[in-house]
Amino acid sequence: MKTNWTRALRTSIERNITMDNLLPDRLPKYVHSYVYLFGVLTLASFVWLIVTGTVLAFFGPEWWHVSPVGHFFNSMHFWSVQAFFFFMVLHLWAQFLMAAWRGGRHFTWISGWLLFLISIVGGLTGYLSQTNFDAQWVGVQGKDAMNSVGVGGFFNLLNFGQMYGLHIFIIPFALMALISGHLFLVRKHGVVEPLPWDGKGDDAR
Amino acid sequence: MSATKGGPKGSGAKKTYEEMPYDLVKEGTLAVLAVGALVLVLSGVLSTPDVPALTAQQVVQQDPMLLVTTELNHLGLQDAIANYGPPYNHGTGAVQSLGPFAPQQWAGVQVPVNARKDDVLIPLHRMAVMDPAVKRTLAAWDHGSSAQQLAWVANVQKVLPQSSVRHDRLVLPNPGAVQYGPVPQMVNDYLRIARSGLLEAAIDGAVGPVPVLNRTKALLLLENTADTAYATKLNMLGDEWGVMKETGNYPGAVWLWYYTLLYQIPPYNTSDSADLLAVLTVTIVTFILMMTPFIPGLRSIPRWLKIYRLIWRDHYRETRERGGTQS
Repeated sequence: MKTNWTRALRTSIERNITMDNLLPDRLPKYVHSYVYLFGVLTLASFVWLIVTGTVLAFFGPEWWHVSPVGHFFNSMHFWSVQAFFFFMVLHLWAQFLMAAWRGGRHFTWISGWLLFLISIVGGLTGYLSQTNFDAQWVGVQGKDAMNSVGVGGFFNLLNFGQMYGLHIFIIPFALMALISGHLFLVRKHGVVEPLPWDGKGDDAR
Repeated sequence: MSATKGGPKGSGAKKTYEEMPYDLVKEGTLAVLAVGALVLVLSGVLSTPDVPALTAQQVVQQDPMLLVTTELNHLGLQDAIANYGPPYNHGTGAVQSLGPFAPQQWAGVQVPVNARKDDVLIPLHRMAVMDPAVKRTLAAWDHGSSAQQLAWVANVQKVLPQSSVRHDRLVLPNPGAVQYGPVPQMVNDYLRIARSGLLEAAIDGAVGPVPVLNRTKALLLLENTADTAYATKLNMLGDEWGVMKETGNYPGAVWLWYYTLLYQIPPYNTSDSADLLAVLTVTIVTFILMMTPFIPGLRSIPRWLKIYRLIWRDHYRETRERGGTQS
């Protein structure tokens, strides 16, 4: 029998993505810890990054230099970035201290790292999109590092058009796709269970 | 509400855990509102810095001799970009390598920049269209041999300590001396176009009304001495952790600390290939951290640190109170 791709996709989705997994209304009691909030706070910061970034992108890269309202939205974008990285780094440390890759969750850990790395590129391209001295200085300083590893030619920090395009579309798009995958994995595997008190046992891996 | 037994789904976990009602959507909504409030307050109280970019016009107004030096370095092929190497040209001055590992060299010239021509001669040629006197000066420059051109520049550089700029004109000792060639006039013309604010635009040379979005050549003009002088005033140099700082007393890219840290310590802070070494180190360390789940020893650190006992303290206490095993 010939494979029906549509049916195969539907079956796969039905098997892997159940609504009980995606949107559970009950969670294990051990989730009762402030540590578990760092992830959702990172996500909330990302929401504000997208909201404020969309407003800034709509009015163009020069708007915030000349308009008090624009400057305020830039400030919101800036502090959302600070919150985003602050909570993300706490989230990362917490997941490390909980050995949260256990129980087949290694791809969740790896996708989290990818998110962190792409976010750093997002931060860098954001600095370069500011069209002020920060952008100028980061560009002329950072170019040497890019050039030293041979990527400065096609990732040119001094090419505003390239950096701006990356910052307002390609990187947010990649982050949204990766966040979706990361959240899906979190929900698929459930919240990582506590380590045994003595730290021993097979599941301590 | 009563708790029921359950556990992480799809994880293959052997144990089951007590469950409790949980509202993820409500939690997410409250988190968005809380972060929004925090961001609003921080924005309202602290705002953000916005120091304008350094322009050639600003340099000529505040320190004209700095622009004169920059121009002469470009004309004399002594600026940092003239002999930089890939991706700008075939020079070797900024090429980094670790033994035979030389990715910068392998990548080759991808963004061709001829600093003397692109940053000095081309803007003067554009100016010459409107001012025939500039055209004559450039013709005199072109008339000299390469060695002659370098000699003219060197002769002017030699007397620069005794020179000054007055009313956008370079005042040299023994003005009009033949050994300077057309260079003093080229400096005066350059100061004029910089004063007008058109220098960067003349370097990038927009054709038609469409904006130029790649400002590589214009940004490379001031990248060395002038930008560094400005950054020094703003305490943003590399040895002051400049890469992760923002102008003013604002947090910058603080998440880059583990990369910036390397530039503060040996061998990175003394190496000629510091950038390559730092990027490689961070790449390798990051890859190792990313692969933590598969690395024996590294993946056991959380068990040794035992901070998880604090994170799940309620769980362990409840298990203890129920008289169960500590798991």
